[in-house]
Amino acid sequence: MHIIAQVLFVIALIGGIGFFTRNIRRMTRNIKLGRESDRTDHKGERFAKMARVAMGQSKMVRRPIAGILHVIVYLGFILINIEVLEIIIDGVFGSHRVFSFLGNFYNILIAGFEILALLVLIGVILFWTRRNVVRIYRFWGNELKGWPKNDANNILYFEMVLMVLFLTMNAADHQLQLNGAPHYLLNTDMSAAFPVSNFLMPLIDGFSNSTLIIIERTAWWLHILGILFFLNYLYYSKHLHILLAFPNVFYSKLKPKGELNNLESVKKEVALMMDPNADPFAAPAEGEGEEEPEKFGASDVFDLTRVQLMNAYTCTECGRCTSECPANITGKKLSPRKIMMDTRDRLEEVGEIINKKGKYEDNGKQLLDDYISREELWACTTCNACVEACPVGIDPLSIIIEMRRYLMMEQSAAPNELAVSMTNIENNGAPWPYNQMDRLNWAQEK
Amino acid sequence: MADSIKVPTMAEYMAEGKAPEVLFWVGCAGSFDDRAKKITRAFVKLLHKAGVDFAVLGTEESCTGDPAKRSGNEFLFQMQAAMNIEVLNGYEIKKIVTTCPHCFNTIKNEYPSLGGNYEVVHHTQFLKSLLEEGKLKVEGGKFKGKKITFHDPCYLGRANNEYEAPRELLEKLEVELVEMKRCKRNAMCCGAGGGQMFKEPEPGKKDVNVARTEQAMDVNPEIIAAGCPFCNTMLTDGVKSKEKEGSIAVMDVAEMIANAEDL
Ligand code: SF4
Ligand code: SF4
Repeated sequence: MHIIAQVLFVIALIGGIGFFTRNIRRMTRNIKLGRESDRTDHKGERFAKMARVAMGQSKMVRRPIAGILHVIVYLGFILINIEVLEIIIDGVFGSHRVFSFLGNFYNILIAGFEILALLVLIGVILFWTRRNVVRIYRFWGNELKGWPKNDANNILYFEMVLMVLFLTMNAADHQLQLNGAPHYLLNTDMSAAFPVSNFLMPLIDGFSNSTLIIIERTAWWLHILGILFFLNYLYYSKHLHILLAFPNVFYSKLKPKGELNNLESVKKEVALMMDPNADPFAAPAEGEGEEEPEKFGASDVFDLTRVQLMNAYTCTECGRCTSECPANITGKKLSPRKIMMDTRDRLEEVGEIINKKGKYEDNGKQLLDDYISREELWACTTCNACVEACPVGIDPLSIIIEMRRYLMMEQSAAPNELAVSMTNIENNGAPWPYNQMDRLNWAQEK
Repeated sequence: MADSIKVPTMAEYMAEGKAPEVLFWVGCAGSFDDRAKKITRAFVKLLHKAGVDFAVLGTEESCTGDPAKRSGNEFLFQMQAAMNIEVLNGYEIKKIVTTCPHCFNTIKNEYPSLGGNYEVVHHTQFLKSLLEEGKLKVEGGKFKGKKITFHDPCYLGRANNEYEAPRELLEKLEVELVEMKRCKRNAMCCGAGGGQMFKEPEPGKKDVNVARTEQAMDVNPEIIAAGCPFCNTMLTDGVKSKEKEGSIAVMDVAEMIANAEDL
C-alpha cells in the first residue's frame, strides 16, 4: 500500500514540477521576443534595490494596511513552505515527520508555522473583505472584468484552503500521536507544537484511529497537491509576481525617473543631418542598406524591450499605478495597469501562436489599436506617478513613450494641435508660433 | 515698474572676452508666455540683487525639445538638442540655471549622452544656495504667516527627487506651509506635461488642472506656490475656473521672494 502511495507521490511531484518548468520556459521564450535591453550595470546597486523593494517590500508598506497584511501573507507563505521540504521527503520515502528528530527546535518550528498559518488566514480573509465587501475602487476598474477579477479571488480562496488543510492535518496527526497509533508515534513529545490546531481537537474528539488516519492523509495529500497545483496556476495568474518581482526590481530603471533614453538610431541620423560635410546622396557603404531599416518606437510586443515584457508578466494588477494616474483620475481612458495587462495579453497571444505553429505567424493583430488605443496613449502627461506607485518596479510610462514614438515617427499620427506645435518648434524654436528673434523681448517689457 | 531690466547676453559677454558664472536658460514659456515672463523678470531681479554674474542666450536660445521628446518625436528632440548643445559648447558653458523644470530635466539628464555636459540647477536650488552663501537675504515681509501650499512640479519632484529646495525658501518667507494630501513624491500632475500643454485633453470627467486645483483648495490656502511656468499657468486657469482668483493667488517661489523684497 505504502509503496503505491510513494509511487503516486513521485509521479505527482514530477508531473507538477515538469509542467511548471515547461511554462516557465515558454515565458522566457516569450520575453526573449523583445529587444535586448542593457540593464546589467551597477550590479551592487541593483542587488541592494532588489533586497529593499522586492524582499523588504519597502514600497508595499507605503499603503500601510495593504502593506502589512501583504508582508504577513508573504512571510507566512514562504516560511510555511519550508514544511513542504519535509512533506516531499516523507512522501518519497514513506516516512513520517522526518525532521522531528530535531526535538525541541522542531516543535518550535512547527508551532511558529501554525501561528503564521493563522495570521495568513486572517490576512487573506481581510484581503478578501477589502476586495469584495469594502470594494476598494482600484479593484473594480474596467480592465478587471472576468478572469483578472476571478483570478484575484481564486488565489485568496486557495490560500485559505491550504492553511486550513495544514492545520487540520496537524490536529489529526496530533490526536494520532496521543493515541499512540503506529507510524504516527514519535520519539519526541510534540504536544507543545500545535498552539493553533489544538483548538481544532474538540472537533475530532472520539474519532477512531482509522478515521483520523483518513483525515490526516486526506489533508496531507490535498495540501501537497494543492501546492503543486498552485505552482502551476502561477503562470496563468497575476500571482506570477511572487517569482518575477525579484528579477523585475533588479532590472528596473536606476536613472532619474525624468530621464528618457536617447534613441541610438536617431542619433546617427541626426549626426548625419547636422554634419555640413555629409553628402545626403552618397551611396550607402558596402554592407549597409542591406539590413532592414530600423523601426522607430513600438507598435507590437516585438518592438518592446525584454525588461518591458518582463514587466508585463510581473504586473500584479494591484492598480496602485492607475489610482495615482492623473489621466485616469479625471476620467480619461488611460490606465497604466491596463497598459501592462494588454501587453501581457498580446504577448500571450503571440506565445500561443508560437506554441501551435512553431513560429509566429501574423494573425492580423498587434498591440497598438487592437489592444491599446491611441486615445489612451495621448492622454498621458508623463508625470511618472505610475512608476513611483508601482511596488514591483514596473515602468508603464516607458511603453507609452515607445508607442508614441511609433505614432510620431513612423505614422506622423499626432493629434492635430500637437503636430502644429511640433512644426512651430521646428521652424521657430518654440512650441508657440512666435519668432525666435523675439526671445529677449521680455527684458524690455513691463 | 515699466522700465526694462538689464539682461546681458552671452554674445555681449563673448564680445568683451568674458565668461559669466552662470547661464540663465529662460525657456520658451519664460520667453513668450505672458504669465511666465513675470516669473522670468522676478528671477532676474533676484539675480541682480544677489550680484550674480549671469547671462542669457537671448535669440540664440531654442526649445530644449522636451515637448517633442515626450510626444514621441525623438527626431525633432535630438535636432533641437544638437543645435542647443552646439551653441552651449561654443560658449563653453559650465553651469546653467533655469526656472523651468522641463528644461532643467532635459538638459541635466538627456543632453549628456548627446554631448552636452553641464552643471544644471533649478532656480529654487540656485536661490537656496545664494541664501546659504549669504548673497541673498529672504525675510517674511508681506507673506509672513500667510497660509500657503506648494505644488510639486512632476519634473522637479518625482522626476529628479528635489522636494526640499522650494520648501526651504518658503520657510524663509515665514509662511504657514500646509501640505496637500497629495504632495512630494505622491503629488499630482498639473496636467501640462508630456505635450498636454499643446493639445486638447482627451475626453474625460474633468480637466487635470481643475482636479489638482481642487486638491490645493482643500487646504484653504491664500496662495498656491509653484516652481514651474507650466504648473503656474495650469493652476491659474484652475483657480479661474473655480472663480477664486479674487481670494487665491498662484505664484512662483521666485516671484514671492522678489515680492517680499518689493523688487
Ligand atoms: S505617467 Fe502617464 S500613465 Fe503614468 S501616471 Fe502619469 S499620466 Fe498616468
Ligand atoms: S504596474 Fe505595478 S502598480 Fe500598476 S497594477 Fe501592475 S503591479 Fe500594480
